[in-house]
Amino acid sequence: MTVRSSAAPAVIELEEARKGVGLWGDAWQRLLRNRAAVAGMIFSAILVICALFADTALIVAIPNALGADLDVKPLLTPYPFNRGDTRCNRMGPSLLPPSRQEGCIQDIEKYGNFPHLMGTDRLGRDVFSRVIWGTRISLTVGIVGSLTALIIGTVYGAISGYFGGRIDNYMMRFVDVMYGFPTLLFVILIMVVLPSENAVQGMINIFIAIGVVGWMGMARLIRGQFLSLREKEFIEAARMVGTRPLSIIFRHLLPNSLGPAIVALTLSIPGLILTEAVLSFIGLGVPPPFPSWGIMVNEGWRGLRATPHLTIFPGLAITITMMAFNFLGDGLRDALDPMMRGTT
Amino acid sequence: MSDNNILLDVQDLKMYFPITQGLIIQRHVGDIKAVDGISFSIKKGETLGLVGESGCGKSTTGRAILQLYRPTGGHVFFKGDDLTKLKGEALRRKRRQMQMIFQDPYASLNPRMTVGNIISEPLEVHNIYRTKAERQERVQELLRVVGLNPYFVNRYPHEFSGGQRQRIGVARALAVNPEFIVCDEPISALDVSIQAQIINLLEDLQAEFNLTYLFIAHDLSVVRHISDRVAVMYLGKLAELADRDELYNNPLHPYTQALLSAVPIPDPVIEEKRQRIILEGDVPSPANPPTGCNFSTRCPRVMDICKEVDPEFRDLGGDHWVACHLY
Repeated sequence: MTVRSSAAPAVIELEEARKGVGLWGDAWQRLLRNRAAVAGMIFSAILVICALFADTALIVAIPNALGADLDVKPLLTPYPFNRGDTRCNRMGPSLLPPSRQEGCIQDIEKYGNFPHLMGTDRLGRDVFSRVIWGTRISLTVGIVGSLTALIIGTVYGAISGYFGGRIDNYMMRFVDVMYGFPTLLFVILIMVVLPSENAVQGMINIFIAIGVVGWMGMARLIRGQFLSLREKEFIEAARMVGTRPLSIIFRHLLPNSLGPAIVALTLSIPGLILTEAVLSFIGLGVPPPFPSWGIMVNEGWRGLRATPHLTIFPGLAITITMMAFNFLGDGLRDALDPMMRGTT
Repeated sequence: MSDNNILLDVQDLKMYFPITQGLIIQRHVGDIKAVDGISFSIKKGETLGLVGESGCGKSTTGRAILQLYRPTGGHVFFKGDDLTKLKGEALRRKRRQMQMIFQDPYASLNPRMTVGNIISEPLEVHNIYRTKAERQERVQELLRVVGLNPYFVNRYPHEFSGGQRQRIGVARALAVNPEFIVCDEPISALDVSIQAQIINLLEDLQAEFNLTYLFIAHDLSVVRHISDRVAVMYLGKLAELADRDELYNNPLHPYTQALLSAVPIPDPVIEEKRQRIILEGDVPSPANPPTGCNFSTRCPRVMDICKEVDPEFRDLGGDHWVACHLY
């Protein structure tokens, strides 16, 4: 009897301490159980670290993050992305340091003696360093581009879906018209029209171009979510209670449509990285000497037979990154999809 | 209808949903007459049951009364104010006095909000308490009132059973201390064993807080149990309205008779003798209701006049209202 009475309050305390697991927390648990998604997440995290710390730019000065200031020194990369010993050009990948490599005449005093893991290009620049550095541009384009699309698309879709009716009809017909344009052609047009003298401007142009063409899918998605959620009883309950429209959008509608939007966002990143690579490949991306994976493939493909490493490594980087984001996106979709609830 | 005790007076309420055609230029080609001119009143502290088959406009009536849908026509007087004329802020303030309990406890709670946030939302919207601590206290009190553990505040709706969720919905409706609650089939999505609990809870709350209910349901036995008066609806119109016992013992409208004949009796001897009136055909489309009496296409006692003249909804004495040419 005494044992029981002393145990009873403890139960209540435990009950009190128990916090509910929200849908987000639940989804997170499910995501962690998906191995492919976790692998994709880890790889994406490595990419982000590479992009941030490829050189000391972030530490020296954030405004110079794009490398305009040459005082910036390589940090994660063994060599700078824009300089190399031209006497040591087109060397194949090697695990040996240049000093011990046969036929290498690199100025070790000036450039250091780290092995060229992925070889060098025609200007003697270290490909490994450039691939790592290229993460910065590819990832920035992918993430900022998709975020731009998310913001434009969410605002547009939210307005269209919340008000519905005639407004929705006109807004969606405009989206249909925009969809009619061939995407790549449209991007090329924008890129040609906008001036791009330096890397920063080139990047901003890419964001603008991608934002302008990428938001329609997101707008349709959010609009569809809003249209279906709007009829749900909990939205009616919120209106019944007297909640103001803005509050309904931000407290009720948006949190409930964010799941699919996050999935779409993640899945759109590889597409955007590819778009950037394509643009750079045809010479409309970031100007040289800044390395983006697309530019590197473009520079390498002419000598594909003699020096395949110039194409293969940046190509691999694109492929693996796209796979990582796709795995992560698929994992997120499974984790956030309420239909999967309890089936794991 | 000059009774001072009347809390809600609905007059000739109409709710039409337009049917449109065309991709860009939308033409108005017709209306779905979900609610087509109904009038009734509810006294303070009473429960009016509203029954009818699926799609007859019961829920629409409830929503139109609460201005969740803006009615196409008619008036809704709530404590003397015409709700159909109120807009924006004035209507929002009125919402403190009337609330709704929804049918589907799985759809009526935002899955991304904690129970505490769901219940305190009305309190925040109407600035009823100044501090968060006071609101928290009120939320816990409400949870206790509806028979839930106050420690549930930080949990999410999906962690609860259907009956518990419906209690959360009741707590949300009660948060602002309303006088009038529309219960839109609050039990039809629940298990039978849970239904009784929720019904009892609603009755207890009515006694405790002097609530007035419009109780929408299609379960005739439940309506008989909880209501003081019962209204029968068919195809957007009221067929009959009377005191509960009067309606169940002496149904006048052929539709009410058919409806009541479908209720099984839990006594095998009497059940054996129960005569079912089986209606022929389907409910006509509310977009294209029949001329005359809207029940004339299925009425077993149809007369010539029924097909031409729409019967008036009138008091036959003793507050027994019927819309039928037979009387």
